[in-house]
Amino acid sequence: MSREFTADLKKRIEEITARYPSRQAALLPVLHLVQGETGFLSAEEERAVASILGLPPIKVREVVTFYTMFTRKPLGRFHLQVCSNLSCSLAAGERILRHLQAKLGIGVGETTPDGKYTLTEVECLGACEQAPCMMVNFDYHGNLDPEKVERIMEELK
Amino acid sequence: METKVLTKDFGLDHLYRIGVYLEQGGYRAVKKALTEWKPEQVIDEVKKASLRGRGGAGFPAGLKWSFVPQKTDKPKYLCVNADEGEPGTFKDRSIMAHDPHLLIEGIIIAAYAVGIHTAYIYIRGEYELIARRLEGAIGEAYAKGYLGKNILGIGFDLELYVHRGAGAYICGEETGLLESLEGKRGNPRLKPPFPASVGLFQSPTVINNVETLANVPFIILNGAGWFLERGSPKDGGTRIFGVSGAVNKPGIYELPVGTSLREIIFTHAGGLKPGRALKAVIPGGMSCPIFKADEVDVKMDCDCVAAAGSMLGSGAVIVIDDRTPILDVLSKVAKFYAHESCGQCTPCRLGTSWIHKIVKRMAAGKGRADDVETLVRLSTNIKGRTLCPLGDAAALPVLAIARKFKAELENTMKGNA
Repeated sequence: MSREFTADLKKRIEEITARYPSRQAALLPVLHLVQGETGFLSAEEERAVASILGLPPIKVREVVTFYTMFTRKPLGRFHLQVCSNLSCSLAAGERILRHLQAKLGIGVGETTPDGKYTLTEVECLGACEQAPCMMVNFDYHGNLDPEKVERIMEELK
Repeated sequence: METKVLTKDFGLDHLYRIGVYLEQGGYRAVKKALTEWKPEQVIDEVKKASLRGRGGAGFPAGLKWSFVPQKTDKPKYLCVNADEGEPGTFKDRSIMAHDPHLLIEGIIIAAYAVGIHTAYIYIRGEYELIARRLEGAIGEAYAKGYLGKNILGIGFDLELYVHRGAGAYICGEETGLLESLEGKRGNPRLKPPFPASVGLFQSPTVINNVETLANVPFIILNGAGWFLERGSPKDGGTRIFGVSGAVNKPGIYELPVGTSLREIIFTHAGGLKPGRALKAVIPGGMSCPIFKADEVDVKMDCDCVAAAGSMLGSGAVIVIDDRTPILDVLSKVAKFYAHESCGQCTPCRLGTSWIHKIVKRMAAGKGRADDVETLVRLSTNIKGRTLCPLGDAAALPVLAIARKFKAELENTMKGNA
């Protein structure tokens, strides 16, 4: 069974495809768009995207599984992405991850039972001057210590 | 001499709005290039300026442009590499956030020089808010007639789009970027053919880094001689060095190409944090071989850093202090490349994961006596044996750490056992 996109989403997809000489080239932006609407990319979404771009579904699966920002399972409402790369670890970034694990009672890659938070360890986010840093959804937070993390979490209601 | 060129207006409020940018003399370089110069004059001037790529490889930009055939029945493309995935690097983010119109100006001039009518900014997916800022700036540039059809009435057309990646270091490699832009996995291509002849959608393509293009308007306005005076003779202009790690003032520092690494760390970035001493430094992003504390009297231009056994890379200086065990640094390097190898070439796919496995057991106190030697052998077998530079990027820092810090690594292993 295949999912049907709304007329509005279809229109936005067509606006994206118009930028490229091949419909396949619109795949990453379209997946971002669809994931933004649905929260994650299930096999149904993959097939629907494949159909609208005229691709075999496997071409969509290949891409979804290659890129770390595409997710095939639902994430928490707040996706906490903590950098553990070199510049952040030189600024004691590991303790941010440990602090969040203890606070939320979940491991890396897990979501809290209430579906509010997902905790992910990520590679360099390109904000090393503010190390240690993390992203909450698409917002950057830098110069973190456990106290600052607490204040950020307070605001995520 | 005022050294800041690219970043000199970064402190201005709302510089990212075209009104403010125009008040600072913005888009004068586009006007000058498009109305007073022929395309080949632009290429010649950029060649004379010795503008070298700011993304990592340091290839001369003007030369790259000249490889694209002037006459072809295919469309030509410009891809702006804004993937900025090299650990330690954050300079392009600062350019795009503060001064997106400077990048757009550089794009218009490059496109005019090479005869390109479609350009894509491939930006890493995490920079979503910056992608939106770029789109806002592009919209303003269209409204003012700097993009679109018949720019400045000279009959030159250019369409510019922002294309977001989705989290894959390999897409910063130029042919991985092309595959990704075409809607596929970012598996790098076999070269030749080079992108200048067969690139995006099988067409001639130029791929330039953000900072590289942001320099172009200044070369047009002030000339190649002015640009060369600001840098080294074979490597003109300034570089935006991004300093991170154990320094007092991490941040971006725009300085003449050829500034010494010691000066960057101790004068501009404020030296090491209190009570720490310099142990080592990675001069150009994680893929560049490490320098020990006594190797920092090196001029930071592409050729001098290469002669000293490393690479200027993206100018990302990562400073490591004496309290950090070198095994921790090695662990980060090993984990990153094992994660980011695209898996296409066997030496890289297997080699990076074997290296990671060995480093993990060293850290867990289960290291074997010959592990450091094995790391050297493994990385030597990756180096030069892969389609793309990720293999070298993974191998070279491991080799450098294993060779320069062999005694410390073996001592740490004994201590962990």
